[in-house]
Amino acid sequence: MTPPRTDTLEQALAENRFEWWDSVCELGRELKRDKPGLIGVILITCLVLMAVFAPYIAPHDPAAQDLTARLAPPVWYDKGTWDHMLGTDHLGRDVLSRAIHGARVSLWVGAAVVLCAGGFGVVMGLMAGYLGGRTDAFIMRWIDTQVAFPGLLLALIILAVIGPSLTTVVVVLALNGWMVYGRMTRSAVLSIRQSPYVEAAEVVGCRWPRILFRHILPNLTSPLLTLGILEFARIVLAEAALSFLGLGIQPPATSWGLDVAMGKNYMFMAWWLVTIPGCAIAVTVLAINLVASWLRLISDPQEREKQFARHMAKGMRKNMQAENDKERQPETS
Amino acid sequence: MNTSPKAPLLEVRDLVVNFYTRGGVVQASRGVSFQVDYGQTLGIVGESGSGKSVAVQAVMGLIFNPGRIEGGDIFFKGRSLLDPAGKKRVRQVRGKEIAMIFQDPMTSLNPVFTIGTQITEVLRHHLGMTKDQAKKRAMDLLDMVDINAPEKRLKQYPHEMSGGMRQRVMIAMALACEPQLIIADEPTTALDVTIQAQILELLTDLQQRLNVSVILITHDLGVVAQLCHRVAVMYAGRIVEVGDADPVFAAPVHPYTRGLIRATPRLDAVTDRMVSIDGVPPDLISPPKGCAFFPRCDQAGKACSRMQALIALGDDRHVSCWCAAKEVTR
Amino acid sequence: MGRFIYRRLIHGLIVILGVTVIVFVVTRMVGDPVQVMLPLESTPEQRAAFEKKLGLDRPIPIQFMEFMGNMARLDFGDSLWQKRPAMEIVFEKLPMTILLTVVGIGFACVLAIPLGIIAALRPGGMVDRVTVFGSLLGLSVPQFWLGLLFIVVFAVQFKILPTSGAGTPSHILLPALTMGLPTLARLVMLVRSSMIDELNRQYVKTSFAKGLPFVRVVGLHALRNAGLPIMTLVGWEVIRSLAGYSVVVETVFAWPGIGLTAIQAIEREDLILIQAIVFTAAVCVVVINIAMDFIYKLIDPRLKLT
Repeated sequence: MTPPRTDTLEQALAENRFEWWDSVCELGRELKRDKPGLIGVILITCLVLMAVFAPYIAPHDPAAQDLTARLAPPVWYDKGTWDHMLGTDHLGRDVLSRAIHGARVSLWVGAAVVLCAGGFGVVMGLMAGYLGGRTDAFIMRWIDTQVAFPGLLLALIILAVIGPSLTTVVVVLALNGWMVYGRMTRSAVLSIRQSPYVEAAEVVGCRWPRILFRHILPNLTSPLLTLGILEFARIVLAEAALSFLGLGIQPPATSWGLDVAMGKNYMFMAWWLVTIPGCAIAVTVLAINLVASWLRLISDPQEREKQFARHMAKGMRKNMQAENDKERQPETS
Repeated sequence: MNTSPKAPLLEVRDLVVNFYTRGGVVQASRGVSFQVDYGQTLGIVGESGSGKSVAVQAVMGLIFNPGRIEGGDIFFKGRSLLDPAGKKRVRQVRGKEIAMIFQDPMTSLNPVFTIGTQITEVLRHHLGMTKDQAKKRAMDLLDMVDINAPEKRLKQYPHEMSGGMRQRVMIAMALACEPQLIIADEPTTALDVTIQAQILELLTDLQQRLNVSVILITHDLGVVAQLCHRVAVMYAGRIVEVGDADPVFAAPVHPYTRGLIRATPRLDAVTDRMVSIDGVPPDLISPPKGCAFFPRCDQAGKACSRMQALIALGDDRHVSCWCAAKEVTR
Repeated sequence: MGRFIYRRLIHGLIVILGVTVIVFVVTRMVGDPVQVMLPLESTPEQRAAFEKKLGLDRPIPIQFMEFMGNMARLDFGDSLWQKRPAMEIVFEKLPMTILLTVVGIGFACVLAIPLGIIAALRPGGMVDRVTVFGSLLGLSVPQFWLGLLFIVVFAVQFKILPTSGAGTPSHILLPALTMGLPTLARLVMLVRSSMIDELNRQYVKTSFAKGLPFVRVVGLHALRNAGLPIMTLVGWEVIRSLAGYSVVVETVFAWPGIGLTAIQAIEREDLILIQAIVFTAAVCVVVINIAMDFIYKLIDPRLKLT
């Protein structure tokens, strides 16, 4: 539910800031309790920093070829050098630098697709849920139909015909994935619309865009955030797969999926070419998934209660065990 | 089974059940003791959250995480259901010798199986009946609980039946193996008033015809007065007064019992308004050390806040109240 | 019931129509098919002859009508790449993909259901935490990379399984494993969470109170109630795999299924074969969707098909 509206702007601001800071503190405390979630958040922060500052962190230009140092192994091998810590590929490009720069593409595509698909899906869902009637029927039919499309095949064909690039990848993936947001938003809007405060706003004479964006949308943030993060993980994997198939990011740009595809041919003599970008994808997606599952947990009070009960019961079992052992000791000795 | 003639059918002794929640440890049952003899009906009354359901679910071995049985013992026909061997015995006994009827017939039946499947599986598991035998017996059972066209009903799913009908099915299921004890946990709370009367009538009728023992949990004192031989009043995880139904209703001793009886609307007395007991039941996470009813009691003395009393009044009647002690000694 | 089937069929037709129209539009309007399909050095005469052969010299609406007619007759013409009827190729490759899907997802189901149930019995316990983390990991590893990893380990290091292709039964093991692992991860999570929900229901207490054995209560009463979401996910996984997601696995292992054929057709710009494949995929999706609705009804008698 939304907080009660306050009269003055200052009051509202002060109150908002207070609540905002409060919830950040609360989140921090929750994070401390959930180790996997904490690890996920730390990993994602590192990845984002890595992507943003890639040119300053990476020891080499990711596209710089050095044919004299082709297929150099990582540093812990005899032939490895500190210059190319994780080795080089078949063109002598530094694997570590490519992995660092690859984070840029993955995260950028992920963020762009989630924003585009999420934005479009939410707008469609809001319209369907709020306007109802024919609009609703039309949008829902559309969603139903598109969900039943062989999405990846269509995406491949469109990419092949239009020509793959960063932009087309984003557009195609967004076109393919907006339906989830639409469905979720619509069902949430339908339930929120029934609530008294929206009815009150309608009676007062608010026009529908205002009701939608000021009254209904704020209630959707938490479920949408969780969904967006989960979708983000999915998109990172999808981009990697597209690039791997040669229909995503094109050289000379770097992408983890692309690197795996190129390293595939040298897999048997230079395992690091496939392993390192692959691990980078896996770690990124795992971190996102950890955060998503933590978020889902803390946004569900029932789940939190159960979690706690399990924790306590386990502690109790341990205590009982200890007591039993204590009781038994005199008998045995 | 080797049963000593003297042992009651069911005896619960100092049962302690705790639930571990985020808010703290809820002490749902804080040393509950009661017994049920052969062919006897025991009514357990008390407001919601007083631990009635928890106590009987412990008998059935139905306390699951986050709940734990942490003290006391339960004897069925003189043998413990809580010792290591008892855990196995519970599994053999429940459904066969002790059957349970739950509060909400809407959710108590499995929605994806037919009524027939759900009744016959009990028969086939406990009595080793064949499919045909079980089906025949199931039809008899439905007939016994006044469900017409049993053959047709057996093929129906729970959602195709009304609440009263489903509760009858639950009763039929409980009777399936001719148990010696039926535990009915607020069997009528979720039903319409007219259906309530029918179900209760059915229960009494069956109890007398089959001579089973019944534990009836309810917060309807009128029902207890009508149906039960004995009554136990629970408050905040403890039994505060227990005794034969007639003397308890005629002369309640514990102030809480008195309050409850006064709060029950009667047809034969003209009253202007409903009487209620002031205050709220205590928090079971940190229950008071002494008498739990002390803060709401108008006769409380100094001793009440310190220690719980348990006083035998004779005729198998027990009360946990210091005031009662005063009355007895007087 | 009749009304339900009628409505689903209509919707299925709309889906198939929509997909084919999109393919038609993308291939005819965005690019010039002739330029795409013929080699650069071909003469204008050759181009004209080719256009005539495909009917591309006629106006777009007429082309579209003809295209629809072809679709209705399941005849898209000869593949430009393999010079034989495109549908013939599709019918040859589709069974391979179905085989891979059935084995892969079957393996995932067989493992996921017991694992999910065991995890759900003691939420927060050791088994549960290992299972949850394992499935998170499984969800995070890219499928193509997993496939390469399997090839390196099982085919190159230990030399116990063939690297790629199809033929003997052992050829299917690695692709099916790669196909099944992400499904397994998703399925385990779902089985676990729905079983946790179901085990907290009142009817489970009733079943225990009836004295039924533990295995029957959990494995029959609770599992059947959890069956609906589980079946939905399994159906989805099958649909995904037939609708093109098998591309990745089939490429890695050179598995001669419809996905590999699709990517080859895209590489060779064989528009006719692409059309045939997309059409088939759309039909598969529609058919499975309708089949799933009937399976739901079998699992949960409360559902009304509307």
